Amino acid sequence: MSAEEKLTRENFPESPEKATLEGKNKFLGFWLFLGGETVLFASLFATYLALKDSNAGGATSQDLFELPIVFIATMLLLTSSLTSVYAIYHMKNFQYRKMQIWFIITILLGAGFLALEIYEFNHYVHEFEFTFKSSAFGSAFYTLVGFHGGHVAVGLGWFITLLIRNGRRGLSLYNAPKFYVASLYWHFIDVVWVFIFTVVYLMGMVG
Amino acid sequence: MSTLANTKPKSVLWDYLTTVDHKKIAILYLVAGGFFFIVGGIEAMLIRIQLAVPENTFVGADTYNELMTMHGTTMIFLAAMPLIFALMNAVVPLQIGARDVAFPFLNALGFWLFLMGGIFLNLGWFLGGAPDAGWTSYASLSLYSPGHGIDFYTLGLQISGAGTLIGGINFLVTIINMRAPGMTYMRMPLFTWTVFVASALILFAFPPLTVGIFLMIFDRLFGANFFDPTLGGNTIIWEHLFWIFGHPEVYILILPAFGVFSEVFATFSRKRLFGYTSMVFAIVLIGFLGFMVWVHHMFTTGLGPIANAIFAVATMAIAVPTGIKIFNWLLTMWGGSISFTTPMLYAVSFIPSFVLGGVTGIMLAAAPADYQYHDTYFVVAHFHYVIVGGVVLGLLAGVTYWWPKMFGKMLDEKLGKITFWLFLIGFHLTFFIQHFVGLMGMPRRVWTFLDGQGWNTANLISSIGAVFMAVAVLVLVINIIKTSMSKQQADGDAWGDGRTLEWAIPSPPPEYNFKQTPLVRGLDPLWIEKMEGRKEIVPAEPVGDIHMPNGSILPLLMSLGLFIAAIGFLYRNDYAWGDPIGAGGLFITFASMFLRSWIDDHGYHIHKEELIDEEEKEVK
Amino acid sequence: MTTEEKNVRGDWEYRLKKNRDEMRMQVVSFALMLFLTLVAFFAVSYDKYSAWFIVPFILLLGVVQVVFQLYYFMHMSHRGHGTAAFFLYSGVLVAFLTVLTFLTIVWI
Repeated sequence: MSAEEKLTRENFPESPEKATLEGKNKFLGFWLFLGGETVLFASLFATYLALKDSNAGGATSQDLFELPIVFIATMLLLTSSLTSVYAIYHMKNFQYRKMQIWFIITILLGAGFLALEIYEFNHYVHEFEFTFKSSAFGSAFYTLVGFHGGHVAVGLGWFITLLIRNGRRGLSLYNAPKFYVASLYWHFIDVVWVFIFTVVYLMGMVG
Repeated sequence: MSTLANTKPKSVLWDYLTTVDHKKIAILYLVAGGFFFIVGGIEAMLIRIQLAVPENTFVGADTYNELMTMHGTTMIFLAAMPLIFALMNAVVPLQIGARDVAFPFLNALGFWLFLMGGIFLNLGWFLGGAPDAGWTSYASLSLYSPGHGIDFYTLGLQISGAGTLIGGINFLVTIINMRAPGMTYMRMPLFTWTVFVASALILFAFPPLTVGIFLMIFDRLFGANFFDPTLGGNTIIWEHLFWIFGHPEVYILILPAFGVFSEVFATFSRKRLFGYTSMVFAIVLIGFLGFMVWVHHMFTTGLGPIANAIFAVATMAIAVPTGIKIFNWLLTMWGGSISFTTPMLYAVSFIPSFVLGGVTGIMLAAAPADYQYHDTYFVVAHFHYVIVGGVVLGLLAGVTYWWPKMFGKMLDEKLGKITFWLFLIGFHLTFFIQHFVGLMGMPRRVWTFLDGQGWNTANLISSIGAVFMAVAVLVLVINIIKTSMSKQQADGDAWGDGRTLEWAIPSPPPEYNFKQTPLVRGLDPLWIEKMEGRKEIVPAEPVGDIHMPNGSILPLLMSLGLFIAAIGFLYRNDYAWGDPIGAGGLFITFASMFLRSWIDDHGYHIHKEELIDEEEKEVK
Repeated sequence: MTTEEKNVRGDWEYRLKKNRDEMRMQVVSFALMLFLTLVAFFAVSYDKYSAWFIVPFILLLGVVQVVFQLYYFMHMSHRGHGTAAFFLYSGVLVAFLTVLTFLTIVWI
């Protein structure tokens, strides 16, 4: 069976994402990349933690952060993680249509998260004059949270491209690893967010 | 099912610009790395000319700072790393019985990113000033460096660094997933083991550098406040991020060199490597401990006695696995039938040279003593002993050893030995005396020194040694040219005593490396077959169609896009076109990435019939 | 149905059931993660607790939630994830050292 042959329920492997060498390589390569990203975000977190109290007399974390908006953002991203799990579940059941629908829902939730975050940054800039250049705390906050937001944006682009490109192809051993890896990425983004809302926002409000 | 049969003949230039073949990428890395090695060497010569006599005015202070910065940056990032990647690419897939690396496209991308980054870094020489704050570019100094020198450093290294990270992941997946049947982890050749651990170090060490460089870019070009205390920044953050990268980096450099020596010692003693298991254990331990010691570069910054004590002890601990390796190499030679070929000469001279560097490292590890050594020539002597005596000797040995495998011709032994002796003498002349002039108080990174301090003779000797090394490299270049013009054809088992899989296939190998994936029956698989009277490895599969990847111009385009973006962002505060060009460059990169994702490219097949035909022709 | 058709159908039904059970586990995990998040938010909004308690507590909640993400959503509990897990944990180790450093020895 070659990689691009159309699959049926019967000849379809349990783990389609790892059924080819290319798939196995992508799977492992991506987990390794996530290991590196862990260290990358840790460096950003470490920098933030070292600088979070250096607000140069300007706005502090207690002034800025509010629970409701952070809570909604968290709910959006956490739910989108679940919807992407649903999508992969349908992929494994060879239900392509349903997989596509759940990925679209994931994208919508993710876009909602991003829109909220843009609103939030805009709010800080206009209400508190809290910018990237205001202080070390400002630079560290926008860099850490901004890098995460950038990763969300990349993830959305990734899903959208995959869905459009593979829209009419059906599931195959060629695109199964691609969907799987994109989904892993999306979960990782949620993992990073758990630490952001805990360390940046919640800890920032406690003081 | 093939979509694009690879029958169109390509020009050599286009072939190399679009290749995804690890063997050609190895040659690209070798040429580029070799070129930058010469650039770094010229920078070194200019430094040594300036320091040959006291109060010299050969170059001014500013130029000296640029030379000193670029010498270090070029040698580590643009010469040593790429040359190591050249050997990794040329050898590892062959040693594990694979037909290419896991991600051939990304392999090419890694190379072009390195090259674009390296060129960008050196643009400063022509565009107003090279970086001048040392290869470590500490924030307190580099934030205030006038002109754009430091920006060439940050943006150039960021691009190159991305290439290295991609390469690291590639080799990890290749080694984990693509070993030939029968090759368990404990049957891998030692060079592959060292590449494996070094690649893991790359994966974890480069992200902190990436973050540090981003923060520096943000501070200098975008008005951020990470390192500037005025608005709350903290300069030591740079030091930590840099050295959390920087210390594992030197282990990334030395481990593959250790791997080369393990291969060379075993091959030219005609004896298997002594203590394979402990060698593997030592490599892994060195890799692990390499992440625990970075603060030893910061002993004098005022972090306190507890921090200093912890890191001093951790640093000294690395001597233990390193010592295990030294003894194992010596014991490999003991009782062997030794053949002093050029690679073996490098290996034998590496032992005392590297040990010298290692023991001065232990001296430096004692934090209180380091307060005396820090920022003197004692440190310069130490790291040149380990880098030149370790990494460079390893690269020279590896390049000489695997040259016939890569190019199908043996380098001239006589000229090789001349290069070896000139280089060795020059190296010791230059750096041995620097231990003493450092202990006598000469600081490092000074553009000149006053007469009458007792340092004159030492500096002169040091500079004379540099001439020896320069001549040695010249002889090497002559050797390479002479060899390329010769008509010899090396055997598959070029040195005659090959023990590992790469020597079981022709020199240079065919496009697909192995017609049939080999079956590995133990450590030193080729040696096992030889001892049983066979000339070839037992195959693990019948002859069949071989699937090959297509080349692509996209890696070059992606890298070019980032290069253009870097130019734009460098000038964003000086010209209105800065940001638009930056965005334009990024667009080229993202568009290329999009094209790569959108356009299906399933490669092509070499058919079974062609392979069998080839075999029949050879037999006739 | 032939025996072979029955076998294939049986395989397929077995797989469907297995996937369904796993999906149920995932939804339970999600509910737990939601709960952990709510607890963390409440801990912070409720003024009576001291920061000395809240901070380690919410960090612990975060770590537990991440474990759920990794092991269930990202399938790290499944067979074939040994190498992936090894490298991820190595990354976590380096990450931990970095964060610890910046909390302790950055001068100020």
